[in-house]
Amino acid sequence: MAEVTPLIRDELLPPRGPERRHLISITDLTREDVERLLALARTFSSSLEREVKKLPALKGRTVVNVFYESSTRTSSSFELAAKRLSADVMSIKAAGSAVDKGESLKDTALTIGAYDPDVVVLRHPHIGAPHLVARATKAHVVNAGDGTHQHPTQALLDLYTIDEELGGIEGLHVAIVGDVLHSRVARSDIQALVLMGARVTVVGPPPLIPRGIEEAMGCEVSYDIDAIKHADVVYVLRMQRERMLEGANYIPTLREYTARWGVTPERLRPGQKVMHPGPMNRGVEIDPVVADAADALIERQVRSGLVVRMAVLYDLLTHGPVEVKVAEIEEVA
Amino acid sequence: MAQVLFGGNGRKDDLVYEGVRVVDPTEGIDETLTVTVEEGVITKIEPASGGSGRVLAPAFVDPHVHLRTPGREDEEDIASGTKAAAAGGYCAILAMPNTEPAIDSAAVLGALVERAATEAEIPVGFLAAISKGQEGAELTEMVELAERGAAGFSDDGRPVASPGLLRRALQYHAVADRRIAVHCEETALSRGGQIHEGLVSAELGFAGYPSVAESVMVGRDLMLAAYENQPIHLLHLSARESVDELRSARSAGVKASGEVTPHHLCLTDEAVRSLDPNVKMNPPLRAEEDRQALVEALKDGTIEAIATDHAPHARHEKDVPFEEAPFGVTGLETAFAVLHTRLVEAGVLSLAALIDRMSAGPARIYGLERPRIAVGAPANLVVLDLEKAWRVEESAFRSRSPNSWLLGETLKGKVVETVANGKLAYSA
Repeated sequence: MAEVTPLIRDELLPPRGPERRHLISITDLTREDVERLLALARTFSSSLEREVKKLPALKGRTVVNVFYESSTRTSSSFELAAKRLSADVMSIKAAGSAVDKGESLKDTALTIGAYDPDVVVLRHPHIGAPHLVARATKAHVVNAGDGTHQHPTQALLDLYTIDEELGGIEGLHVAIVGDVLHSRVARSDIQALVLMGARVTVVGPPPLIPRGIEEAMGCEVSYDIDAIKHADVVYVLRMQRERMLEGANYIPTLREYTARWGVTPERLRPGQKVMHPGPMNRGVEIDPVVADAADALIERQVRSGLVVRMAVLYDLLTHGPVEVKVAEIEEVA
Repeated sequence: MAQVLFGGNGRKDDLVYEGVRVVDPTEGIDETLTVTVEEGVITKIEPASGGSGRVLAPAFVDPHVHLRTPGREDEEDIASGTKAAAAGGYCAILAMPNTEPAIDSAAVLGALVERAATEAEIPVGFLAAISKGQEGAELTEMVELAERGAAGFSDDGRPVASPGLLRRALQYHAVADRRIAVHCEETALSRGGQIHEGLVSAELGFAGYPSVAESVMVGRDLMLAAYENQPIHLLHLSARESVDELRSARSAGVKASGEVTPHHLCLTDEAVRSLDPNVKMNPPLRAEEDRQALVEALKDGTIEAIATDHAPHARHEKDVPFEEAPFGVTGLETAFAVLHTRLVEAGVLSLAALIDRMSAGPARIYGLERPRIAVGAPANLVVLDLEKAWRVEESAFRSRSPNSWLLGETLKGKVVETVANGKLAYSA
């Protein structure tokens, strides 16, 4: 596949940095990258306390949000983050677009690419979609969730939240509970937490824990819900029924799951922080009492999302290096 | 009686190969000779001195090609597929019946045989389906299909899910006498699977297609073949456990054979990290220990044949996110070069063994006439330049589809000339 030829001559394009960077996976980042992004997010956080919240940092830049899956938190926070930085923002949802007429992702990417966006933020139900958009456009690509693969900005906002609430990440013990198999959040969070020196234990029923995950990702595994008692942070995952094949019997019933692995007040220790990426299935993976308790950081996570996404957009378009595998991708292309 | 294949029968050429290194493992030849072909038949093999630095070997036989005809001639047709095969050093190929419609009746088969007679660059054999429409329910008219020239039987692309149906097919083999070739996959275990279930799938989040989905079916199919005392051929093996099953069945006297693809011999699931749809195939790339077990089985002869499983796909169908892409990669035009580069040059496999597994091995399994370098034999020859380094470029493919996992790679060793059934079918 040849590199796509720009539709506008190069000299008419806005000035660009020397290298084109993307944020597709947590594995694209070094520990220094994460520390820089978190520090940047803290800076933006204090700027948001001012009366006028808009910063001119990305004036004249264009950010296109393309969402092929439903989303409340991620799409709204990316949109607001770009606006707070004075970028021009365009948001495209698959429903009601040419996708309904059978347009392929590649053609949609070429269409969007024709506007010369600086950043394309993509959410897509299939693994590998951000890589395709990175090949088909000249934009920086931010992965806002690709199937069961990665959701790197979620992991960054989770790190930010933990860092703010607990005063650091290194040495903490985080238990991630539930449907790990289908969770891009779990995969990104495990990698991000391990990168920053935290200890991670994944907890859930055996069919929902990927085989070999200990070796693949450097975490621990327990099938016993009591294991969460030892953690500083209990991260509860959404039961992703929409991703489960019919008749696959990952869990016999939701009732059985909740009875064995639901996060209830009785299963927690006082002072343990509880997180959830949303949307929650109250009464399934998380007891409503836990969700609404003072130790739940769920709303804090949403707040963190805005400043962290501002930091990601700003960092991609200004300094680096966010390490990316795109060199390889372009070679393949 | 050797099977007769169709097409590529036209011209008979006169050719002389002076001072070439002739390597024919079955004939026990590895020396510098001059070989003369007159009217398509080898007439003289004489001692020679010096040498051109090139190797003359029996041409290759690919037992597993998807010609996509009828139905998807935009992806490949008889002419383009057999031209690609000739460029890869093949003098004969066998085409799988998972076409649209499937090759499951004498009428569909007869039409293809007729087309091949005029369109094929080299001889081609067509396997017919085991079940009607490859739906796994009703047996095809195997005896009639064999009489009309079916080179074998397979529901490739999918397994024969019903053990009862496979048993019937094996029973009819006693009459039809054409090899039954099975794609071993327990779909209850592989359903939804995108890549090998292992460390890479755990990290990347892909639904896994575990090794045991293959090996459990390999075990079942070998047991049925043993029980019916009929031969069986296992297509594109990928897992260490499958190889173990095949090895122990063979040592117990079961008439079982196996094949392996170049991609399973060269790559592991680590390659999937690129998320390049051109490393997505069924069965999937597995772990390094599986790859090593396949290489070992190829060396010790447990696996007798290398098959490309050449599976062309239209560009727009592969130019999608990995997870949406169809399974399958091409291989006819790169098989020898990549295996020479990655296995022979690396000192893992001898050149003689590679030639045997690409030529005599597959011919033996399907009862085809073995390409050989002997006076009086029809000329089925390949000329190889082992020193030639070349870059795999889409523009050079004769195949209609560009979904090669080797695009942009530099390989060492090139097919320079192919003679198929007495005719010069390819010259670089």
